Amino acid sequence: MDILITGLLLGATYSLIAMGLNLQYGVARIMNLANGEMLVAGAFAAFWVYTAQSANPFAAALFVVPGAFVLNWLIYRYLLRPLVRRAKNRGMLEVDTILATFGMSFAFVGIMLLAFGGGYFTYSYLAEPFPIFGSPFGLNRVVASLIAAVICGLLYVWIHGTRTGMAIRAVAVDPAAAGLVAIDVPRMSALSFALGGAVTAAGGIVLSTFLTMDASVGVVFTMKALIIVIMGGVGDVRGTIIASLILGLAETAVATLVDPGMTLAAAYLLFVLVLLFRPQGLFGRRAS
Amino acid sequence: MTRREAGYFVLVAAAFAVLACLPFAGQSYLLTLGVGIAMYTVLATSWALFSGPTHYISLATAAFYGIGAYVVAGGIGTLPYPALLALAGVAGAVAAALVGLATLRLSGVYFVIFTLGLAELIRQIVTWVQNNFTGSRGMYVLTDITEQGIYWQLLALAAAVYLIGWQVARSRLGFALRIIGNDEVVAAHVGIHSAAAKLALFVVCGVFAAMVGAIMAPRFTYIEPSIVFTPELSFQVVIMALLGGAHRLWGPLVGVIPFTILWELIAARFPGQTILLLGIAFLLIVYLIPNGVVGRIESALRATGRKTSHA
Repeated sequence: MDILITGLLLGATYSLIAMGLNLQYGVARIMNLANGEMLVAGAFAAFWVYTAQSANPFAAALFVVPGAFVLNWLIYRYLLRPLVRRAKNRGMLEVDTILATFGMSFAFVGIMLLAFGGGYFTYSYLAEPFPIFGSPFGLNRVVASLIAAVICGLLYVWIHGTRTGMAIRAVAVDPAAAGLVAIDVPRMSALSFALGGAVTAAGGIVLSTFLTMDASVGVVFTMKALIIVIMGGVGDVRGTIIASLILGLAETAVATLVDPGMTLAAAYLLFVLVLLFRPQGLFGRRAS
Repeated sequence: MTRREAGYFVLVAAAFAVLACLPFAGQSYLLTLGVGIAMYTVLATSWALFSGPTHYISLATAAFYGIGAYVVAGGIGTLPYPALLALAGVAGAVAAALVGLATLRLSGVYFVIFTLGLAELIRQIVTWVQNNFTGSRGMYVLTDITEQGIYWQLLALAAAVYLIGWQVARSRLGFALRIIGNDEVVAAHVGIHSAAAKLALFVVCGVFAAMVGAIMAPRFTYIEPSIVFTPELSFQVVIMALLGGAHRLWGPLVGVIPFTILWELIAARFPGQTILLLGIAFLLIVYLIPNGVVGRIESALRATGRKTSHA
């Protein structure tokens, strides 16, 4: 029971990160390996707000989310757009963007090492017990997962209920066809890339309230987000949420029953199972 | 073997013979640099054997390298060193085959993602095993192998990589890989078993990386998961191969030599900023010279060749 609830709480926060990556990969077609670094940057901002300004860490969202949005917009516009133009087909674009974002991820890690040093960062916020079904859980985890759930809900409604959201879904299905019905594909791609970055940075703030971070931990989160996106099906919001919950449960189970240092092994196990049995994802349609 | 090929063969063999005399120059700095260059040459060239023609980017070098180093560290007390070297190769082959079987049947993205976290995954598992079953985190590798010995072993391995790369390029397998790289659907339609071809080359790549790790293990003396499973290694190998040009057998070498020398300087001058500078170097290569230095030279040669033929 403890595993179940802790896992679901963790999974809810993961869904935020995976949602960010899904917007970037599913819509903008950018396999962003620097996604985890955006998350760590958000977490560091929250850490700074809490320790140096002694304010509520969630206040960091006020400047982190718009900041990440603008930064990711600029990255897409000036670094990735040339690659999209240069690529002759989707395969080439994938190779180029993987290499470019891999380089960016190292550059970001380097910048954060310069700015914050190589130590571990953690702070204690809302670290008090909160009873669910009689067992105590960290209030920070509960608050974090609630915030994540609200943001995911808003995103879902926005994507499925507005004109812009529909345009984004159209680009996710087929960029060429979306262009034919007068959707500004480059603009929508830039928008979803920027939005994805902002959502991921928000996920970083949320995660920082209960996880310990260091400058080079980003790649682990990139990995987890990628596994979730593939498990849930690329470009599928519903699948992403369910896959996040599954990963959260699996990780918590492994951490409690085997060893807390083996969480990545749990993620890989799920990844291998998905690759072997449902490579198109839980809800994905088989590619023709 | 044509006459031209025989000429190249003699030339390369002579170059290796000259390089093998490096330890007798008596300068230890030169020898250290030589070890670095030889090591990255093997790693980058074997990386390019697989990733060059197929365009599948492998980020798993550090994982295989660490496996090789750990095989030596774990068995040095019980088995003779040459047997451990062979064992490391086998371990690398098995690991590469497992990864390949799980991912290479599918599109390239899955493969990249899988290899991205592989070094971290194996590091976690090794740490867990050591914490729970052996008691201590690190291991000592104490041998009487000298720096010269390591250099010669790496040189021999480099010769093996070039020999295999050359044989693969002229075989049916190499031809099949080039077709897969150009268009995987076409490859499947002309009857190429593309998963098997990719798997074969990836295993070669894994064997070499593991053997390099095994050869380098005595140099570390003390081995710990965070030392040998460093993701920076995979990254450096990819950079060097791309800088030189991954589509030619000798391309990576063109990248390895300047980069290793430059890196020695940078690591000495700015020890805190290496990761940032690595990232920037990588971005510059991807944006400015996507086909590597060799690609640049070739297109320049083609351009001048066209001009002279017109005149």
